[in-house]
Amino acid sequence: MILLVPSLIITLMYFMFQNAPHAPGQPTPFNNACLIMLGVFPLIVMFLITSITMQRERVSGTLERILTTPLRRFDLLAAYGTAFSIAAAAQATLACIVSFWFLGLHTEGSPVLVFLIAIINAVLGVGLGLLCSAFARTEFQAVQFMPVVIAPQLLLCGIIVPRAALPEWLQWISNVLPASYALEALQQVGAHPELTAVAARDIAIVVGFAALALCLAAATLRRRTP
Amino acid sequence: MMTSSIDEFSNSSPSDGGEPAVDITGLQVSRGGRPAIRDLSVQVARGAITGLLGPSGCGKTTLMRSIVGTQIVAAGTVTVLGHPAGSAPLRHRVGYVTQDPTIYNDLRVIDNVRYFASLYGTSAESAVGAIRSVGLDDHRTAYCGNLSGGQRTRVSLACALVSEPELLVLDEPTVGLDPVLRVDLWEQFNELSRRGTTLLVSSHVMDEADHCGDLLLMREGRLLAHTTPDRLRKDTSCTSLEEAFLTVIRRSATAGSDRAD
Repeated sequence: MILLVPSLIITLMYFMFQNAPHAPGQPTPFNNACLIMLGVFPLIVMFLITSITMQRERVSGTLERILTTPLRRFDLLAAYGTAFSIAAAAQATLACIVSFWFLGLHTEGSPVLVFLIAIINAVLGVGLGLLCSAFARTEFQAVQFMPVVIAPQLLLCGIIVPRAALPEWLQWISNVLPASYALEALQQVGAHPELTAVAARDIAIVVGFAALALCLAAATLRRRTP
Repeated sequence: MMTSSIDEFSNSSPSDGGEPAVDITGLQVSRGGRPAIRDLSVQVARGAITGLLGPSGCGKTTLMRSIVGTQIVAAGTVTVLGHPAGSAPLRHRVGYVTQDPTIYNDLRVIDNVRYFASLYGTSAESAVGAIRSVGLDDHRTAYCGNLSGGQRTRVSLACALVSEPELLVLDEPTVGLDPVLRVDLWEQFNELSRRGTTLLVSSHVMDEADHCGDLLLMREGRLLAHTTPDRLRKDTSCTSLEEAFLTVIRRSATAGSDRAD
């Protein structure tokens, strides 16, 4: 499921846009949408998987038990981060292969950069998921964190309304949400053959957000609880 | 009736090498805004099976969590095997089995135990030994979700045994088990104790107290008595431990109201 669903949805979008009109010389609408999806999927899927898995660990008592073993908190986070990121990498690899080879996605920049941004988004999803799992009492609540945490990011990151066209106060909110930078980086890669300074800065910012989320998540893993 | 704990356990556990396995002084814990443990001091002897008994909600689990170091305590000190509870050197030496089996139901028995073996840094072969010692050799490759409640409890126990802890803290390990399994488990506990492991076992079923060398009787976050099954019977002149425990409670209630006056 993790592996196939994004590729299948991107394929679905390919056929959706098949007959859509577009101005000659401009990139096809599918090109834009596919690029966005390659960035968005790892974020959503990894957020969901991580938050629910961690929430189960916390509620079932396995987390408390694990924390009575010699394992260090950082090791635990690193292990989770690695495991989920490998899953995300496999997913992104498949989605990129399908998009670039079979569906004719074209970016000016290197597909490797698209892949890299997808992985960073996945790690961001893992960090946010680990963090949110601390605030969910049940798996049901964990799922509901998705609209709370992910939906505003997707609405304000410039997919639906370009960021420049947003009211100023929404632009400010958009400025502090990591997905805005992830999307901008993807659009830069789509439009420019070289790695632009903006894209590099954006990637660094998303990495920073991911690291911050992981650190905050580490703070929620306490050996002693009330 | 409040028997002094110090001379008590030195009588009841000759194997004690001087230093107690657990030394608690003035422990106070509050959970959810209510005091769960009120000024509790006790010592648990090394190498013995100590039963922690009391009605549900009396603070047994909170006391055990304080000993393994997962409980935030309001006051008092908890020293385990010579170190502060929950400190890094203890994490190899203390095993904790929670009341609900904390295992992964979507993993096989062997994978669960191997996982904890790797967390403790012990070899994968020790997992096989731990599973054998809880009598689940035939179910080694079964998924835990398909096991019965009692079997899952034993998988959970195996996950703690795999590190060969010096102190094993077991929270109601026999709750909801059939009598045959209960006898089996107590035999395993005795076997562990013979090999030098210190066990602290909680239960709210008084008839299990006879398996224990030492008894800690708790009620409403206080330690009512630190005694042995025989001494408890003698002190209360009751033959059944259930009766004896009720007598202790009644006496402590009158003592408490006297003090309040």
